[in-house]
Amino acid sequence: MEEKVVNLAKEIRTNILDCIGSIGSGHIGGCLSIADVLAVLYGKRLKYRAAKPKLETRDRLVLSKGHAGPALYSALAASGFFPRETLLTLNQGGTKLPSHCDMNKTPGVDMTAGSLGQGFSCAVGMAIGSKIKGHSNTIYSIIGDGESQEGQIWEAAMLASQKKLSNLIAFTDYNHCQIDGTVEDINDIAPLNKKWEAFGFNVQSIDGHDLDAIDKAIAKAKSKNKKNGKPSMVILNTKKGKGVSYAESIGFKCHSMSLTKDMVEAGKKEVNA
Amino acid sequence: MAELKAMEMREVLVAFLDTELSKEKGNVVLLEADLASCSKTVPLMKKYPDKVINVGIAEQNMCGAAAGLSAYGFVPFIHSFGPFVTRRIADQLMISVCYAKQNVKIIGSDPGIAAELNGGTHMPLEDIGMLRSIPNIVIYEPTDNVEFAQALPQILAYKGAVYVRMFRKVPSPIFEEGYKFDLFKANVLKPGKDVSIFASGVMVQTAVNAAKLLEEEGINAEIVVVPTVKPIDAAAIIKSVKKTGAAVTAENHNVIGGLRSAVAEVLAENYPAPLTSVGVKEKFGEVGKIGYLRKAFNLEEADIVAAAKAAIARK
Repeated sequence: MEEKVVNLAKEIRTNILDCIGSIGSGHIGGCLSIADVLAVLYGKRLKYRAAKPKLETRDRLVLSKGHAGPALYSALAASGFFPRETLLTLNQGGTKLPSHCDMNKTPGVDMTAGSLGQGFSCAVGMAIGSKIKGHSNTIYSIIGDGESQEGQIWEAAMLASQKKLSNLIAFTDYNHCQIDGTVEDINDIAPLNKKWEAFGFNVQSIDGHDLDAIDKAIAKAKSKNKKNGKPSMVILNTKKGKGVSYAESIGFKCHSMSLTKDMVEAGKKEVNA
Repeated sequence: MAELKAMEMREVLVAFLDTELSKEKGNVVLLEADLASCSKTVPLMKKYPDKVINVGIAEQNMCGAAAGLSAYGFVPFIHSFGPFVTRRIADQLMISVCYAKQNVKIIGSDPGIAAELNGGTHMPLEDIGMLRSIPNIVIYEPTDNVEFAQALPQILAYKGAVYVRMFRKVPSPIFEEGYKFDLFKANVLKPGKDVSIFASGVMVQTAVNAAKLLEEEGINAEIVVVPTVKPIDAAAIIKSVKKTGAAVTAENHNVIGGLRSAVAEVLAENYPAPLTSVGVKEKFGEVGKIGYLRKAFNLEEADIVAAAKAAIARK
C-alpha cells in the first residue's frame, strides 16, 4: 500500500484519540475499527474536492453508523476539509462536530445519521439519484454490525438490489461488539455474507484492517458491480478499538469509554509506533 | 383535463406531478410504497420509469431513500396512506428529513375518517399531533381542488419538508375559481361577528352547513379556513377572535395535537377567549362510511352548532 495511505490510517487514529480525548469520552471503539477503510477511501478511492465539498458529481460516503462521527471527522480533517484544530471542539456547545454526523454542520459530511438503520437508506436514495442523473460516481456507505439488526437496513438492501445499484458499495464494520455485549450474544446477524448474497449483493469478506485487502476489495467490487449490475457489500472483519490496546482488550466495553490525557498520549504512541 | 371541481383530489396531484416529471431538467421524483394504484400514479410510473419508483411495502426505506434523493438535489414526493407516512416512520421523518433539512414532500392520503372502510389501522387521527412538534415541517390539509391546485406549486417552491394530508376523492367545492391562495395564510370564508369557526379539510363544508343553521337561530358565525396548521396563521386567528370574542375548532383529527391545540395555543398566549372544539375525542378509528363515522365521532353540523353556542355562552 502507498505510504500516503498507511500514514493516513495512523493520522486518522491519532486524530480520533485527540478528538474524543478533547471532551474526555466518546465512541472510541467503533471509530478505531473503521479507521483503515476511511484511510483507503479518503487517501485513494473516494473522488472528492475538499475545497468543493458539495460538488454534485463527487463520490459520497454515508456513515450510517453515525456514532462514529469522530472517525469521519478525523479523516476529513486529515484530507483538508477543515483545520485539524476543529477536531478539538467535538461535542462542545455550538460545535461543527457533533457526536453523530450532521451534514448541515460539518463540511464533507454527506449525510446526517445517528438514528441507526437510516443512513443506508439515504445512500440507496443517493445511488438512485446518481443513476437518474447519469453520473459515473460511486456511493459508499459504512454500516455497523449491530446496526444490521435494524430492519430498515434490509428494506434498503432489497431496493438497492431491485434497482440494480451497481454504483453502490457498502461496508459492514463487523467488529462483533455492540453496547450491551457481543452481537452473537444479543441478536446474531450471522451468516452475514449469506444474508447479503441472498439480498442480491456481490459480497466479499476481508480483513478490515488490511489496507491492501480493502483497496483490492473496492476495485473488485467496482468491476464486479459493473459486470453484473449488482450493488456490493464488503464485510470488514474488524476489531473494536483496533490499534489501541487498552480499548481492544476490553471488547464491547470500548464502544463508549472515558479517555484521560494520559490515555490519549499512550494511544497515540501506540498507533504511531 | 376534467373540470377542476369534478376531479378527485388525487387526480389534481397526478396532473401536477405529470407536468413536473415531464420537465427534462426538473428535479421532482415520486416514491410510492405499493399504493400507486390508490393514488392513481400507476400511469406516471409507466411514463417516467426512472423518476417514479415503487419501493414496495417499506415506508421507512421510502423515507430514507427520499432523504438521500433530496441530498442529491431532487425534490422527492413520497406517498402512502396517512398513518404509514407519519406515525409508522416518525423517526425517519424526524431525523433523515427534518433534522437533516431535506426537501421532501410527504403525501398522506385519506385523512382521518376519510379512510372509511379501512378502519382503525388506516385512520390517521393523530398524525398532525405527532408531527407538529418537529421543527422544519409544514403541515397542510387541502380544502378543495381550487385551493390544492394552487398549493402544489407553492409546496414545490418551498424548500423544506411539507406534509400534505390529502383527501383522495372528489372534495366538496368550497372556493370559486379565481380564488387566490397563499399556503401560509388562513382564509375568512364567511365573515361573521358572533363566533369564529376555525375549520380544516372535510370539516370546512360541515362548518358552512353549521353556519347556515346558526344563522337561522340568529347567530352570525365567521368561518375561517385553516389549511396549514403548521406554521399556524396566528394573526388571522387573533384578528377573527378579537372581532367575535369566541372560537370553535372543527377538525377531522383527534382534538389533541391538531387544529384545536394550535388555535388554543395562539389564543392562550395572545388573546384568551372561550374556545370549544369539534374533533375526535379519545377514540381510535373504526370501519364505516363517512356518514356513519361523522356521527360516531361527533363530527356533524349539529356538533359544530352546539359547540358554537357553548363558546358564545361563555363570553
